[in-house]
Amino acid sequence: MRLAIFADIHANRQAFSACLDFARARGAERIICLGDIVGYGADPEWAVDTMMGLVDDGAIAVIGNHDHAVSTPSESMNAVAQAAIEWTRGRLSAPQRRFLAELPLTLRDDNRLYVHSEASHPARWHYVRDTPDAARSIEATDAHITFCGHIHRPALYSMSSAAKMTSFIPTTDVPVQLLGGRRWLVVLGSVGQPRDGDPAAAFAMLDTTSREITYCRVPYDVQAAASRIRANGLPHWLADRLLVGR
Amino acid sequence: MAKPAIAPGAELDGFTVGECVHQGGMATLWTVTHPGITVPLLMKIPRVAEGEDPAAIVSFEMEQMILPRLAGPHVPGCFGAGDFDRQPYVVMERIPGNTLYSRIEKLPAAYEEARVIGGKIATALADLHRQNVIHHDVKPSSIMFRPSGECVLIDFGLSHHNQLPDLLQEEFRLPYGTAPYMAPERLLGVRDDPRSDLFSLGVLLYFFTTGVRPFGESETLRGMRRRLWRDPYPPRKLKPDYPPWLQEIVLRCLEIEPVWRHPTASQLAFELAHPDQVKLTARSERLQRDPLSTVWRRRFNRGLTQPKPKSDVAAQLASGPIVVVAIDTEEGSGALNECLRRAAAQLLSTLPSARLACLNVLKLGRITIDRTLDEQGNNKHIDRMVALRHWAQPLGLDESRLTVHVLEAIDPAAAILEFTAVNHVDHIVIGARQNSMLRTLLGSVSAKIAAEAACTVTVVRPPRLALAPVQDGGKG
Repeated sequence: MRLAIFADIHANRQAFSACLDFARARGAERIICLGDIVGYGADPEWAVDTMMGLVDDGAIAVIGNHDHAVSTPSESMNAVAQAAIEWTRGRLSAPQRRFLAELPLTLRDDNRLYVHSEASHPARWHYVRDTPDAARSIEATDAHITFCGHIHRPALYSMSSAAKMTSFIPTTDVPVQLLGGRRWLVVLGSVGQPRDGDPAAAFAMLDTTSREITYCRVPYDVQAAASRIRANGLPHWLADRLLVGR
Repeated sequence: MAKPAIAPGAELDGFTVGECVHQGGMATLWTVTHPGITVPLLMKIPRVAEGEDPAAIVSFEMEQMILPRLAGPHVPGCFGAGDFDRQPYVVMERIPGNTLYSRIEKLPAAYEEARVIGGKIATALADLHRQNVIHHDVKPSSIMFRPSGECVLIDFGLSHHNQLPDLLQEEFRLPYGTAPYMAPERLLGVRDDPRSDLFSLGVLLYFFTTGVRPFGESETLRGMRRRLWRDPYPPRKLKPDYPPWLQEIVLRCLEIEPVWRHPTASQLAFELAHPDQVKLTARSERLQRDPLSTVWRRRFNRGLTQPKPKSDVAAQLASGPIVVVAIDTEEGSGALNECLRRAAAQLLSTLPSARLACLNVLKLGRITIDRTLDEQGNNKHIDRMVALRHWAQPLGLDESRLTVHVLEAIDPAAAILEFTAVNHVDHIVIGARQNSMLRTLLGSVSAKIAAEAACTVTVVRPPRLALAPVQDGGKG
């Protein structure tokens, strides 16, 4: 089965629409969302409604720290993120807020684990920045493959049977076989707010039969997404950073 | 799931196991057959039992990832792979014959034999590098030859694929590989420079032509590290009759800094194919190793040998293309040749590692008997070479980047196409004559080349002048 895995959509309608179209054209059979459906972007109602519809059709989704902050204000967020969450909260209906609040922290599907930040302390929202962070996550689960987002920069880590780590910045469109003899942490780039210097929306596809992961980049109408952010009175920095992918 | 036993007659994913043909430290090799596959097959099974070398597993995993991605005559074809959750294996084409290791009993080899073998290996490495893979274990026992003559590289367990995770990256504190052949930068942890393979090929060429390994056989890290600052004895010190062009090539391969080696394996293959055109530098004459002052500077000035950030193999290869310019030396081609020179200069100014091969075709008649001397008794071949050098002179290229070639052929387009195929040329620059009566009669050479060449072709035309006004003849 072909899975399309999305992380950090951040209410960016233009980016997520483009990614969904791209994934369907490539034969995606199941949608996975790794959280942060809202926050930063200007179309939270659309993003939540779209995800609710996808989940009704069999998609699975876990909660991200921004989704969580809609109902439970967080003290650890910076001022810009906080301002965006306040604005988002006012836009969402009660059922939409309930949908976000009830998303699980982690989900297990066969030998795969889905989590927003990392597997060792999913509710603490730690970033996976390097191999020690990745090793901590891999050691905390017996899943063969863990998928996470949160850091907005794609990466691929593995741990050998002798607990040695490797790290890798994936090459777009080059499938990597997730070998059975080691365990893997697949870190997704962000759909709605990439921070690796490439403004194109990021997601990944997994073929569960061949166990090949393919990282994808999808160009989308960044200007439109940025204009929506400015038009809604959100901090302009949130629009500016989309244009440069930082 | 129960692990299937590997023994003669056993079945695994449709493959029937035959005999065990090799038991190595890392893996065992078995002949296998499959109903749908006619080529002879080998199954490689890693040693993964408790207490075995962990490198056996990791190098098997690398091969398992890389081998199915490779194609072409210079690698064994891959026909199947099994993962560790059941029985790890890869099934590959069995190349008949022995590895080049069988040749080392009777060294040194003749210079000409070594030149031909080295050229074939360099060609195979160029093809591998173009597929984003660095072999990292080039040595006689990793090299075989097809009955048709092409070099086949085997054993990708230590290889690096520039677009896949490098599982050997953090696995071992010591660089893993074959000590006598290992490039110095490998000792600093650099695994993404294709020129490491050129160094290993240089070791092989040195060994084959002198019978001596340039850096000895030390397996200790201390012994291996010496090559970071200590250069080997020049081959001419060991063999006074050593050809200067060969010493030039071998010592350039063995340069400590990768940037001083040939920019690409294709360029090394090109030099080995044209020994008479190798630009001889001070390297070719040397009889002594570098003075101690140089050695000390290398040893204690670490800035010279610091590893660089991760490179992009494809971008590095693209920066060192072999460019051919086809030049007509006939009378009346002056304006076009000037345009060709300008096009070549623009191309080369952006590609400091590119090399330029200037071609001219000495057209032979189909019926007449051609003579090498013209009516005045001059050697036509040499005249043309002189003309090509004259054409290239204003480009001010370093001699090591420039070669000139006069091909003799009945069909110029076919001759240029053959030269570019044999020498793995990346880019052809050729002029198109306009409104030529000859072109109308014989067909255009540039059109045929643009249509049939396997590489990029730039067709250059002189600037078009405005046409004289046509008198209105009242056509209506």
